[in-house]
Amino acid sequence: MTNRPIVPPGVGDFREEGAEPAIGWETPAPAGSRLVPTHCCYCGVQCGMYLKVDPAGRVFGMEPRDHEINRMKLCPKGVTAYQQVNHPDRLLYPLIRDRRDAPFRRASWDEALDRVASEITRIQGAYGRDAFAVYSGSSLATEVTYLMGKFARVALRTKNIDYNGRLCMVSAAAANKKAFGIDRAANPWSDMLDTQVILVAGSNVAECFPVMSNYVWAARDRGAKLVVIDPRETPLARTADLFVPVRPGTDSALFNGVLHVIDREGWLDERFIADRTVGWDDVRRVVAAYDPARAAEICGIEPRLVEDLARMWGTADRAMAFHARGIEHQIQGVENALSIINLVLATGQIGAPGKGYGTITGQGNGQGGREHGQKTDQLPGQRDIEDPEARAFISRYWGIDESDLPHKGASAVELVHMMGSDVRGLLGICNNPLVSMPNAHRISRCYDSLEFHVQLDFFLSETAARADVVLPSAVWAEDGGTTTNAEGKVVLRHTAAEPPGEAKRDWWIVGQIAERLGIGEKFRYDEIDDIFEELRWATEGGNADYRGITYERLEREGAISWPCPSEDHPGTPRLFEERFSWPDGRARFNVVEWQQPHEPVDDEYPLRLTTGRTVAHFLSGNQTRRISALVEQAPRPWVEVHPTLGFENGDPVRVVTRRGEVTYPALVTEAIRPDTVFVPYHWAGAASANLLTVDALHQLSKIPEYKVCACRIERGEAATPAPPPPLAPGQTVDPTAARAAADRRPPSAPQGRGTGQG
Amino acid sequence: MMNRTLFIDPSRCIGCQACVAACRECDSHRGKSMIHLDYLEEGATTASMPTVCMHCEDPVAPCAQVCPTDAILVTPDGVVQEALKERCIGCANCVHACPFGVPKLDVDEMLMYKCNLCYDRTSEGLDPMCAAVCPTGSIFYGTLEELLGARPGAAASDIVVFGEQEVRTGAAVVVPATPVGVGVGAEQAAVPGGYAP
Repeated sequence: MTNRPIVPPGVGDFREEGAEPAIGWETPAPAGSRLVPTHCCYCGVQCGMYLKVDPAGRVFGMEPRDHEINRMKLCPKGVTAYQQVNHPDRLLYPLIRDRRDAPFRRASWDEALDRVASEITRIQGAYGRDAFAVYSGSSLATEVTYLMGKFARVALRTKNIDYNGRLCMVSAAAANKKAFGIDRAANPWSDMLDTQVILVAGSNVAECFPVMSNYVWAARDRGAKLVVIDPRETPLARTADLFVPVRPGTDSALFNGVLHVIDREGWLDERFIADRTVGWDDVRRVVAAYDPARAAEICGIEPRLVEDLARMWGTADRAMAFHARGIEHQIQGVENALSIINLVLATGQIGAPGKGYGTITGQGNGQGGREHGQKTDQLPGQRDIEDPEARAFISRYWGIDESDLPHKGASAVELVHMMGSDVRGLLGICNNPLVSMPNAHRISRCYDSLEFHVQLDFFLSETAARADVVLPSAVWAEDGGTTTNAEGKVVLRHTAAEPPGEAKRDWWIVGQIAERLGIGEKFRYDEIDDIFEELRWATEGGNADYRGITYERLEREGAISWPCPSEDHPGTPRLFEERFSWPDGRARFNVVEWQQPHEPVDDEYPLRLTTGRTVAHFLSGNQTRRISALVEQAPRPWVEVHPTLGFENGDPVRVVTRRGEVTYPALVTEAIRPDTVFVPYHWAGAASANLLTVDALHQLSKIPEYKVCACRIERGEAATPAPPPPLAPGQTVDPTAARAAADRRPPSAPQGRGTGQG
Repeated sequence: MMNRTLFIDPSRCIGCQACVAACRECDSHRGKSMIHLDYLEEGATTASMPTVCMHCEDPVAPCAQVCPTDAILVTPDGVVQEALKERCIGCANCVHACPFGVPKLDVDEMLMYKCNLCYDRTSEGLDPMCAAVCPTGSIFYGTLEELLGARPGAAASDIVVFGEQEVRTGAAVVVPATPVGVGVGAEQAAVPGGYAP
């Protein structure tokens, strides 16, 4: 090359060396291409999008879609989601290993399915039915989540089925049931446009639910105030009218303190309390002990902030509260949510336009996936598996004897901890616990102690990579089905392509296993629509009543909020306008006393470690760590530390807890509390944040305490490499992933690397 | 200011880079993002801001003024187009002349690239990719009236000042509403350009 011009820094760099998608670009669109309407595969917002499909049936791009949820808006994950479909890392045929230490080899479907069925039979014969477990997930279509519950109870007859919402939604779900008698966000997000105060607690909305930000911004355009409660000054917190930087693990003390001030100042809604609730007096007695000085002392903030927050909320005519994993991923997760609900109820801020409350579901189908029976204590329609009426109804519907319907089994993390003793075999689908579960060393040992492990996936996840049999499944774009978003809106996905190679849809695979177990007649479906028809009638009369929802209606109406008990019912976007779901129609206050986190700080481990997401990646990263644009934006994990801790940006900093240690490049930033450090959790292997986290569980919800444990930091030698995602035999490492594995730098900001250079 | 144009509101930006990802999907330069997404206060806050081509009107865009081969043309609707590939000689004059640092040079192809307002889309009535997907409306595409309808009380400016030099732009920046009133005009405060030294 001669005479290269001199260009200013930042303008000669497209940062696109690896942003070439692994499938390459196809442009211009071939004649005869079409747009298939569907929804994103990632978070609980469930943005609508179109997939571009060429005449050969190949997905090659996306186009924004004006759906009522997102009005064309998408985040970087949504924009690039289509790149999974024809990705070279896709699993194209079943894989088997003959011994624990043998490599995978290609197998036929018959061989793989026969092996699965014979191992199920062997293990259940030797150790009992409950020794074979199912661990499922909430990124599946609602139809498949229903099927997984039915498969476990009817085909395997095991009580041990649970799902990865146990790592996500269960604290909020338990709190909602305790307070309201039902588990669903109370309001559509469009209600935000009519509110005066939006409270966001423990949710990095801008990075985890980017498109929800637009509802918040639109509310602020109309005069609403924003208050954010978070140990980190997240992108939303940066511009908030009030930012309350609480110490991790202290949320309920804050909300008790706020309610204390509201009571003191007389900002209660006495009439609402009298007419629509039960239990205020007990709560009032408890919050009396949380004066602002005490609350602020626990939370590590100025007492003024407790007063300011109380004034902002207490004097508003209309206010809405939202929370997510920040307050829920704690051994007090349920109580934290209840302390916010107490605030909402005491001020009557629910059940009307602009007055409301909701938790923000993490996974695309975090709501639908926790309603129809893959949760171990639950039957379809949000029914309790220990409720005799529900058991009788579902047994009759499934055509089984009620005595054959298992009872409640183990919850997700407990189920993994039981491997090698009470659990000997596992069918896993839609999860990656070797990356996502806390105290990862222990999780690895548990999986290694299984006698047999079959995993369904479309990419070889870290968990699938250690299975005995891997069954290649379809990505979301290759199947239809419904999901239910964070607002309780049911939306419809459409099939844009056929699965590649020999990959099959989840429900076909499950049906084939059932056939081999001799109970195929209950699992024969021609298409996913058939499962929805079965599902909606199974929910009739349940809390989450889907009976009136049909695919035809969803095509026509775009989204329908459950409960929707009949086909002429419009759905229920806003709950609790007239009554709550307890038999007497009243909501329940619940007394909350703040408690220390499981692992308080001490001289040896003086800092608090908290974990979370970054905008370019999703959960365990099995999908997003293969998308070059996202890998370039956030190639590797880092640790966020405050400047007062004495490190320079980019220094290798070793984070040490009682479970393990990992060295990360430091992102030195004032946007975090000095007593707290943060690590994003999307990466695997020796760089996984979950080598550090504690596996203490909430007593009731069994959610792990990801958001707070004790740690110390010290100068390390070099940042621990984050390995590229696992590959099947014959696949080669993507160049972007390879470069990321060698990367030792922190990002420019928590959202990733800027696009400039120099 | 053009009839429908881009409005940039840095205060709403959450730094997610959806615009960058979407820009790569544009059919006219697939794989190359023309958007700069900068984190403005590294080490202090999460503040961020997208920079797109401002389609200057001053009276002709600086990049077009300095192009020795007249490769950068301005269409009657005010869109400053990317350099014509058959004319561009890769001299980087435009790169140096642009006050916003927008044009990029592909040093392997020796061609200039810049935002052309997704001309394939906007000329047919579609929103440009970045504005369509931007989760916060930090990049907004429409008329001033549409902006004000969606954001009561907003104001916008199409004058950016670099030291002594004012540049009038085809795209606009959303600014805090001033007592002078709502809208674009001479009384509207100009937006400071460039980075503070």
